[in-house]
Amino acid sequence: MKSTLTAQRYVPRMLVILLLTLLAAFTMATFSVGSAQADEVGTEYDFTISGNVKFDGKPLDGVAVAVDGNSYKADTVTDADGKWSIGVPEKGTYKVTLDEETLPKGVIVAKGGNVINTEFGLTDRRSVNFFLGEGVRNTVSFFDQFVNRFFNGLNFGLLLALAAIGVSLIFGTTGLSNFAHAELITFGALMTLVFSVNLGLPIWLAILIAIALSGVFGYSLDAVLWKPLRRKGVAVIPLMIVSIGLSLALRYLYQYFFGGSTSQLPGAGMADLKFGPISLSPIDLASMGISIVVLLAVAYFLLRTRIGKATRAVSDNPSLASASGIDVDNVIRIVWVVGAALAGLSGVLWAYFRPGVSWDMGFQMLLLVFAAVTLGGLGTAFGALVGSLIVGLFVELSTLWLPSDMKIVGALVILILVLLFRPQGILGRKERIG
Amino acid sequence: MDWGAIFGNAAVELISPTTAAYALAALGLAVHFGYTGLLNFGQAGFMALGAYGYAISILTFGFPVWGAFLVGVGASVVFALILGIPTLRLRADYLAIVTIAAAEIVRLLFTTNTFASVTGSANGLSGYKNEFAALNPLADGTYGFGPFTNNAYDTWLRIVAWSIVIIAALLVWQIMRSPWGRVIKGIREDEDAVRALGKNVYAYKMQSLIFGGVLGTIAGMIFALPRAVVPSNYQTTLTFFIYAILLLGGAATVLGPIIGSMIFWVLLSFFSGFIARAVEAGWLPFMTGIQGGQLSFILVGAAIMAIVIFRPQGIFGNKKELAFVR
Repeated sequence: MKSTLTAQRYVPRMLVILLLTLLAAFTMATFSVGSAQADEVGTEYDFTISGNVKFDGKPLDGVAVAVDGNSYKADTVTDADGKWSIGVPEKGTYKVTLDEETLPKGVIVAKGGNVINTEFGLTDRRSVNFFLGEGVRNTVSFFDQFVNRFFNGLNFGLLLALAAIGVSLIFGTTGLSNFAHAELITFGALMTLVFSVNLGLPIWLAILIAIALSGVFGYSLDAVLWKPLRRKGVAVIPLMIVSIGLSLALRYLYQYFFGGSTSQLPGAGMADLKFGPISLSPIDLASMGISIVVLLAVAYFLLRTRIGKATRAVSDNPSLASASGIDVDNVIRIVWVVGAALAGLSGVLWAYFRPGVSWDMGFQMLLLVFAAVTLGGLGTAFGALVGSLIVGLFVELSTLWLPSDMKIVGALVILILVLLFRPQGILGRKERIG
Repeated sequence: MDWGAIFGNAAVELISPTTAAYALAALGLAVHFGYTGLLNFGQAGFMALGAYGYAISILTFGFPVWGAFLVGVGASVVFALILGIPTLRLRADYLAIVTIAAAEIVRLLFTTNTFASVTGSANGLSGYKNEFAALNPLADGTYGFGPFTNNAYDTWLRIVAWSIVIIAALLVWQIMRSPWGRVIKGIREDEDAVRALGKNVYAYKMQSLIFGGVLGTIAGMIFALPRAVVPSNYQTTLTFFIYAILLLGGAATVLGPIIGSMIFWVLLSFFSGFIARAVEAGWLPFMTGIQGGQLSFILVGAAIMAIVIFRPQGIFGNKKELAFVR
């Protein structure tokens, strides 16, 4: 999502050059003897993989390079001219690895990673070059990274909670696992894009209009689709499959009108502010602030207002609530409006967090929303909040150990493990769910 | 307007290996969802395990075709056990969430760069067809007639794919008439009643999950043979399409998934062919060719909703046999 594992923070160019010169001088002084000649490995073979390690036009020496493939392995280091060469027994595909640890400080492999797969063509020589760039590898201490990820995770968890509360309330009051919630999330972001970028309204107004339209969207979905189906007495699982069909249709409808590209909302990609080790953009701060205020408002609504109490009552036991004079249909209508509006807001914040608005952005988040709702306990609003924070924190913090393209895997594995040991979820009531 | 090409391309889909793969996957899902009442939303994961299990066994380990086949099937049995153990005792929707999550985990594990040397990460794998082609008894040349004309490899693939589908359909038909099948259907109708008869519902559900999953895995292998294995093919949307096919044909039927798959692919191909050419011919000035493709997916979504609402038993289903679990 936002930042990658190897926190590449770009430092001023001057500093890097200074450091490099110092380092070069240092290494020259230490290794000037013996590394003048290219350290050739495997000269007995006919085929050679070679390369030249340079940064900013200056050769780097003492950089370790390894070749692996066709059951052959060899490694070498670059000479004073930055050159390296490894002989290999046969033509074929080889994996060439540059050991980033041996690069001077402030230099990293900028593009394509430090592993390159190369295949011999017609000639007996193959040259492999790495794109080096300036950047700092792992200079951020573990604790600082942890704190940074923690706040990112908190931000993500809060925006996840906005969507998850809607899913949870809808599940609680109607029994529907709403797969089309993903499209409600996307709807908020798309509408903000339309009103801010296409129609040129100020962003705060565009967001407010988008949230209002999301609420209207939720209301009409309930009025046109879900209420008639409830009247018809359609069971819970067919309803869920209807929501899957709806999700598919809406998702491709969005793609039909908005295309497959990703667009940015105004203000996305603002420079980060520094708070000690924490770097957050003003948008991140605003996002967290808005989420917390809105979540508090939802909590107040559920705990203190008449209609909120009615909502919890319906969520707990619809028949009993109905018998005690609560207008269940009205409560469900309100839940749809509130849930869709919250999802719309969540979509806007998600568009800033990812960053970018695209037709399937909500669907990318949907599984994490379900994971959060299940973790917290299906149908409990506050469980959804707790579950979201856990999922958000877990997704971001797991990138400290997992590659960033696997961060969602961790959250989903946790979901399965929790179901194994505490199927009712963290805040769910202990009852028979079998 | 080249109607011949549109109808020809649509007819090709009638017996294409892709149609066979979807039919088989839908048949597996019929065992899960239609007969047992298990909400498996991870059929794409089973298919991915089949495709990758087969491809990786051949490319990385140099297994023969039957060995690669067994690896894929074994992987899906393990996957079914992992899915089933935590969830089969819980309410139906828990299985839905866990299976959809697990299928995504499988896809993400195949996509990540971490295992790129084995899985090919986002680019996927190719070049595993020679072993299967080597088993081909047909001489080189073309076989078939009209739109069904294919070279030897494609004909061989179609023969194998549809034979597997027919064998699987007969197997499912016989099994569902057996005492085992009656218990399975009993579980769908009333789990507690079956439990009261002293049957181990959990074990039956697990067997059903494994059986349907293995069908899905073999479908994944058939799906992989005419193309490359690419992780983005195994997204949740694949599962949803298989659900669309299953619901179209009838969830608790044997013929439904097969005919449903044929109808689905023929209609989809006809529709996209028609729209693409109508756009070219300038009949639909408000639309681009890409939008035509999206329109067909919008219609798939709308069709899922319409079938569930208006004809929940599908084309072949019997209304008396409950089309859905509660």
